[in-house]
Amino acid sequence: MNETKPATAAPAPVPTKAPAARPAAGAEQTGRQRAAELLQRQGVLAVLLTVVIAASFIYPTFASLDNARGVTIQASFLAVVALGMTMVIITGGIDLSVGSVFALGGVLAAWASQYGFLAALLLPLVVCGGIGLLNGLLIARGNMAPFIVTLATLLGARGLLLALTDEGATTYLVPEDSAFGELGQGSVWGFGHPIIIALVLFGAGGLVLQRTSFGQTLFAVGGSSDAATLMGLPVARTKILVYTLSGLLAGLAGALNAARLSSGVTIVGVGMELDAISAVVIGGTLLVGGAGSISGTLWGVLLLAVIQNLINQIGSLNSSYQSVVSGGFLIVVVVAQRYLARSRRST
Amino acid sequence: MAPPEAVPEAPEAAGYTASAVLEARSVSKRFPGVVALDDVTFSLRAGETHALVGENGAGKSTLIKVLTGVYRPDGGELRMTGEPVRFARPFEAQQAGISTIYQEVNLVPLMSVARNIFLGREPRNRFGLIDFARMHRETGELLDGFGVRVDPRRPLHTLGVGTQQMVALARAVSVNAQVVIMDEPTSSLEPREVETLFRVIGNLRDKGIAVLYVSHRMDELYRICDRVTVLRDGRHIHTGELAGLDRMQLVSMMLGRDLSEVRRSGVTSFTAEGHEAARTPVLTATGLSSRLQLHDISVSLYAGEVLGLGGLLGSGRSETAKALSGALRLDAGELTVDGTTLKRLTPAAAIRAGISLLPEDRKAEGIVPGLSVRENIVLAAMPRLSRAGVVSRAKQDRIVDIFMKRLRIKASSPEQKVGELSGGNQQKVLLARWLCLEPKVLLLDEPTRGIDVGAKAEVQSLIDDLAREGLAVLLISSDIEELIEGADRIVVLRGGAVAGELSGDDVAEDQLLEVLADHAPEPADTAPAAQEDPR
Repeated sequence: MNETKPATAAPAPVPTKAPAARPAAGAEQTGRQRAAELLQRQGVLAVLLTVVIAASFIYPTFASLDNARGVTIQASFLAVVALGMTMVIITGGIDLSVGSVFALGGVLAAWASQYGFLAALLLPLVVCGGIGLLNGLLIARGNMAPFIVTLATLLGARGLLLALTDEGATTYLVPEDSAFGELGQGSVWGFGHPIIIALVLFGAGGLVLQRTSFGQTLFAVGGSSDAATLMGLPVARTKILVYTLSGLLAGLAGALNAARLSSGVTIVGVGMELDAISAVVIGGTLLVGGAGSISGTLWGVLLLAVIQNLINQIGSLNSSYQSVVSGGFLIVVVVAQRYLARSRRST
Repeated sequence: MAPPEAVPEAPEAAGYTASAVLEARSVSKRFPGVVALDDVTFSLRAGETHALVGENGAGKSTLIKVLTGVYRPDGGELRMTGEPVRFARPFEAQQAGISTIYQEVNLVPLMSVARNIFLGREPRNRFGLIDFARMHRETGELLDGFGVRVDPRRPLHTLGVGTQQMVALARAVSVNAQVVIMDEPTSSLEPREVETLFRVIGNLRDKGIAVLYVSHRMDELYRICDRVTVLRDGRHIHTGELAGLDRMQLVSMMLGRDLSEVRRSGVTSFTAEGHEAARTPVLTATGLSSRLQLHDISVSLYAGEVLGLGGLLGSGRSETAKALSGALRLDAGELTVDGTTLKRLTPAAAIRAGISLLPEDRKAEGIVPGLSVRENIVLAAMPRLSRAGVVSRAKQDRIVDIFMKRLRIKASSPEQKVGELSGGNQQKVLLARWLCLEPKVLLLDEPTRGIDVGAKAEVQSLIDDLAREGLAVLLISSDIEELIEGADRIVVLRGGAVAGELSGDDVAEDQLLEVLADHAPEPADTAPAAQEDPR
């Protein structure tokens, strides 16, 4: 049977004349697929711009610089939390603990601020990063469901917070005129420091996600965990790292919030994880993992903030309706994602 | 590394430097209740293509997983170029120079072609960031070498399965591997792509890279492999030159059956004589058309016959089967079952009319891995087994028992999860699911793909029996032998239309190849691609 083997003596590079490529495979993506992809990636931005432009015409007060400052500072804390959440969701996971961790970070920072700037910044980062690390270890090494693990740490962090503040009776204040207070209250051209910090973090996050091996591994883990393992990617390490990162960012956001409010408020952050998840999903990141973008999340956070701001502007409308509108957007986005995914598949 | 021509004459002599690049010494691996590998010793030489064969459950997959660091052996050791090695993770095996192509494409569907190829070893620019320009360029060059023309930026899931497999191959080969393990690499490839794969293997051999090749397709083994190792029931049975080994001998070693027994029953398990077909068709399809996929396809199925559906990959075979089962949206066409034309063509209507489809991709379209054997079998029969929504457990158990015995489904109990069974047994569970609906028409899309020789034989003789009992069977198979020996009549498709029909004595390999060849590669499909190629 040996004579039927292909001649292997010739050192010719693999097949040269083989017409193995089907035209369908070789062809570029169709225009429709590309449009759908663009829409999936930047659709939120289009919606955001439409809403902002329309609102500027209808409510003159909306278009003011002051209002822009207000909206963005409001959004900056959620943005930082949602940044970590984006990365977690891209791996196909979820982090429900961020709201509690955010509040805990704030209280820790306010308490530590009496020992100086560095303590106020480092203590929340260490503790919240530690909670994230615990999440990651239980999920990656313990093979537990992210939903359950982070639900547990959500409760745990909230409990820790209550213990620290005597069930909310004690409020720690940030010393006035401290460097730490300046971190939250200071501004550049009227735009608060937290906004600048959030933007810098988003820039860095975008680079990490798109241009580093770690970022690529996040996508691979979310796209197909089995394939990632078989390709020899460090799946467990990546998961541990991403939950740690999420905890760190939530803690940092909490610390910034405390610096801005000059005190560690215990009641903040309740339900914040859901806002973060909404922003991420509205931003076009797939909840099942494997696809998503940092920029989309930024637009998602801003869209939520703008909606809230508009409802405040209208005044006559009960602010409770903000959740209704946000929820409506969420459904629209999910339906659109399904539709777009289908039109991307069909050639 | 001897040139392959030297192999038959001096197999063990100077030709090979006798350097075993990868060795497993007395390797054992136990799972709860099963000894998957029992004291297996095996070695792979530099520059050889080594076939690894055996039935499902023989331990091939386990051995591969041990070699690639997915499993750690309970006993024995691995050696690379003589040095003992231990792989804690797949990553370590890859670092040591072992790359693997799995049967089911193990890449990330949502990521681009280039990202998939370079995952974990992306080229960096001087800022330490990924250099996409270089990555896309190198991907293009790499794939060109495989005769694949794809935009490296395209998401992998938008490509055909065959092309995806070529991308996986490109990834495996592009890391500087000393050993490339291929687990059923051709199961989703077109003949043309198979040729490309073989050329790649030839090239690897020239470079002194060892290839471990796992396949159920005998023709392929004999074409490209130098040596063969046979495993059975987790034990090493035989290693030796393939050239001197008779095909029947090989099969009998795999099955552990007597040579004469194998010889008597032929390569496939179909009986030689045809079936008595009824005169009026049980199912008539006329003018099935679906945009871009099917063009005016008409077929009739008669009770008691096996109708083969031939054609190359992408010719519309699976789509036709799907259309017949109501699972494909049609622009035009009619289905008539026993004289009644179906009004609305939905899977539910087709099932009610007695048409059952065993889909091609049993993982995605059939099996529910987390459910038990019993639950999987009765899934489709639920409405029949229940009264007012309450399912009778006794009835279920009776039916499940009958089919597990009849199809010889090997499971520890009806409550075992289907996901834990071998591919062949999963296929039988699926078959059982449809058979307990007592269908009139059974559509089988690649029923023996990726299952072991023994299970294959059982499925084949089952198809035979079912037709004998009066079922109309539609058989789709890429295995030409299976199609010819199994079918009474063959309708050949090409480009979504009927290209020809063979019946009676015309159902033979050369006749089928002629029809395939006559109408073979669509001019628009291949010829221009060949001309565009300046080389």
